[in-house]
Amino acid sequence: MDPMEAIKITFFQECEEQLAELESGLLLMEAGEADGEVINAVFRAVHSIKGGAGAFGLDDLVRFAHVFETALDEVRTGRLAPDPQTVLKPMLRAADVLADLVRVARDGGTVDEARVLQIAEELKLASPVAAEAPGEDMSEIVFGFAPPPFLGDEPDGIAAMIGVPWAIHFKPKAELYANANEAGLILRELGHLGEIALTLDTTALPPLESMDPEGAYLAWDIVLTTERAESDIHDVFEFVDGDCELSIEAKIAGDRPSESADPTSVEPPLDVMALIRRVQGGAESAPEMPASPEVAPPVIVAQAAEPAAAKAPARAESAVSSAGGSTIRVDLDRVDRLIDLVGELVINQAMLSQRVMEAGIAGASAIGMGLDELEQLSREIQDSVMAIRAQPVKSVFQRMPRLAREVAAMTGKQVRLVTDGEGTEVDKTVIERLADPLTHMIRNAIDHGLETPADRIASGKHPEGVVRLSAGHRSGRIVIEISDDGAGINRAKVREIAIKKGLIAAETILSEEEIDNLIFLPGFSTAAEVSDISGRGVGMDVVKRSIQALGGRISISSRPGKGSTFVLSLPLTLAVLDGMVVSLGEQTMVVPLTSIVETLQPKAAAVHALGDSRVIAVRDTFVPLIDVGQILGYRAEMLKPGDGVVLLIEADGGARAALLVEAIQGQRQVVIKSLEANYRHVPGIAAATILGDGRVALILDVDAVVAVSRTGEPTSLEPQFQMMA
Amino acid sequence: MSMTILTVDDSRTMRDMLRLALVQAGFDVLQAEDGVHGLEVLDIERPDVIVTDINMPRMDGFGFIEGVRSDDRHRAIPILVLTTESDDDKKARARRAGATGWIVKPFDPVKLVDAIRRVAA
Repeated sequence: MDPMEAIKITFFQECEEQLAELESGLLLMEAGEADGEVINAVFRAVHSIKGGAGAFGLDDLVRFAHVFETALDEVRTGRLAPDPQTVLKPMLRAADVLADLVRVARDGGTVDEARVLQIAEELKLASPVAAEAPGEDMSEIVFGFAPPPFLGDEPDGIAAMIGVPWAIHFKPKAELYANANEAGLILRELGHLGEIALTLDTTALPPLESMDPEGAYLAWDIVLTTERAESDIHDVFEFVDGDCELSIEAKIAGDRPSESADPTSVEPPLDVMALIRRVQGGAESAPEMPASPEVAPPVIVAQAAEPAAAKAPARAESAVSSAGGSTIRVDLDRVDRLIDLVGELVINQAMLSQRVMEAGIAGASAIGMGLDELEQLSREIQDSVMAIRAQPVKSVFQRMPRLAREVAAMTGKQVRLVTDGEGTEVDKTVIERLADPLTHMIRNAIDHGLETPADRIASGKHPEGVVRLSAGHRSGRIVIEISDDGAGINRAKVREIAIKKGLIAAETILSEEEIDNLIFLPGFSTAAEVSDISGRGVGMDVVKRSIQALGGRISISSRPGKGSTFVLSLPLTLAVLDGMVVSLGEQTMVVPLTSIVETLQPKAAAVHALGDSRVIAVRDTFVPLIDVGQILGYRAEMLKPGDGVVLLIEADGGARAALLVEAIQGQRQVVIKSLEANYRHVPGIAAATILGDGRVALILDVDAVVAVSRTGEPTSLEPQFQMMA
Repeated sequence: MSMTILTVDDSRTMRDMLRLALVQAGFDVLQAEDGVHGLEVLDIERPDVIVTDINMPRMDGFGFIEGVRSDDRHRAIPILVLTTESDDDKKARARRAGATGWIVKPFDPVKLVDAIRRVAA
């Protein structure tokens, strides 16, 4: 990869970190809990984004960051009080815009120009100085170097061509040397501009005994003949401007240095190259040339340096250890490879245990006990390796305050988003796929859950609604709760909508829970009753499906007037699956437990033929009966219902089906092995695993099997209250 | 012998860019993440030129420069300050703290190397 591209990737990663820091810092400031270091960190975040953006020519980003930074600098220096309303609210919005600009710079697309300008104006209003920030004129900010401090008259074209002589008087002060500048190097630089003739003025040099070794006693008169502009000459002295006496004047052509300088006080002109050689020679410099303080009386310098040198070894060790840092960056592929290998190890260990058992060796024997220890170790390794992929949910949670602000602004509601358990760790992939469902649910909670401030006051509540987002571990799963203190689900209305859309029959009798769960039905929400915010063509059915795709479950509980709570329960990792192991003819297959609603022993009388297919009566509905063995081609003839077991499953979109299999072997955790990666995609099969006895078992792709077999919809769509676990 | 440059910057992006520019120019590169880290590196290394950022956590660039200048082993090392601002206040303050010169960000690799050669013997 082009190294700059690689750095650009780093830049965007760093931007994400800095945006997070920015937002959390601003929130602390808003709450009045920020100290100086937080404010500095907030400033640095914007400053760094601007710096990097400039390097990559991301002008929009630089321009906005600059205005933002200027306003933040006012706060940092104490000139602007961080008022929560007039200053921090605009700044939080500015942080959102900055995040948008970063995203657009990274992923392409467009930003809302009007919004960017509006927020920039808000920032300028909040801090008068930011208004003066030259946000419009990018030339200075992006393209770098300051205009030279003095813009002298440039020589006209013809004179420049042939070279113009300049008379330069240069007398360094001690400060020049103290800042590690070197008169000799400046003269060398001057020499690069053209031809120079140099006169050393040593009149100020005191006798040796009264000489300050760090003093500055020398001066030079230089005649420089150059084609370059005067500003280029000034540039040579840029770093020492103020630390020296300096005059630069155009000389009349033909005027020679010996004629202009006082012949009585100066030595003959020196060869500049000789001078440079002496300076470079350092300590070998001739005694008459103490151009730099270090080369003067070396004895004093050496003495001064001694105590410091003695301290050095003691401190060196701590420097080495602290330079290492406590984190390393590892390619994700390597971690996944490790996870794969550990999966193999666990399988292998299970096989070994089984073989030992088959060989009739007692569990209490030395071998048996060794195996127990091996098993425990394998588990621990597996857990530790999984922990590498785990990341705090913070990365998703921290996007939500912004969302809440935006939705609140659009709906005219007042919201306080309270997050809890951001440190809870979940598999990286799970976190990435959580963002969309959570976004949607937070939107819903504010848009549909919370009442308007007026309504809240009318019902005796605080005008500001509270939406709570929390995460935590519960019995090997991660549980995320989104709750609001709004009005709760309007069940009469939900029921009405469901009937109108033909999702339920008008006379259906439903419990409260069942009504609440209607909102998860595909087709429940449509553009007609979904506002701009919650809309975007995504309904709760999609949320539910994406959670299920992660092996998770979603449930809802609601109390009128008190609010609603959505609970997501997710597996800690995607590498391990809870499965039901079933027999299909000679084959063993695994059905993901998350899609199984219940299992039942079918009676022949409950099964009815419907064209080429069959349906089974499950309580008061008919559900398509799918003979998995036949669909996958393990058997040609249909299995008689009485000879098998039915798994009632819920597939994509909440549709139900009954899977007919020969027998259930049991429930087990299996390590998922990708088929695509090792073989190729097989329709109806999601992945494979290796069982304890070493046999390969395929994991059924429930959705695909249902889709393949679908010949008709179930006769009625029952709400999925069994997901209420 | 090639020169060794110590860069002090808290931004990973900037560190990477500095390293790329300096390595391509044939310098050896040492890197530190902030002023405190920079001083720790100086306990065991002796770079020819230091390039430092100003805004950093723990110890900013001004503090770092003062730390270097007050250490007899290092006070003669040229220090270039990286600054996004082209404004003269920042430069004056950097110089008061003991900076040898400055490079205005976003730096141009050519100008960076130029500035280094300008202050290094």
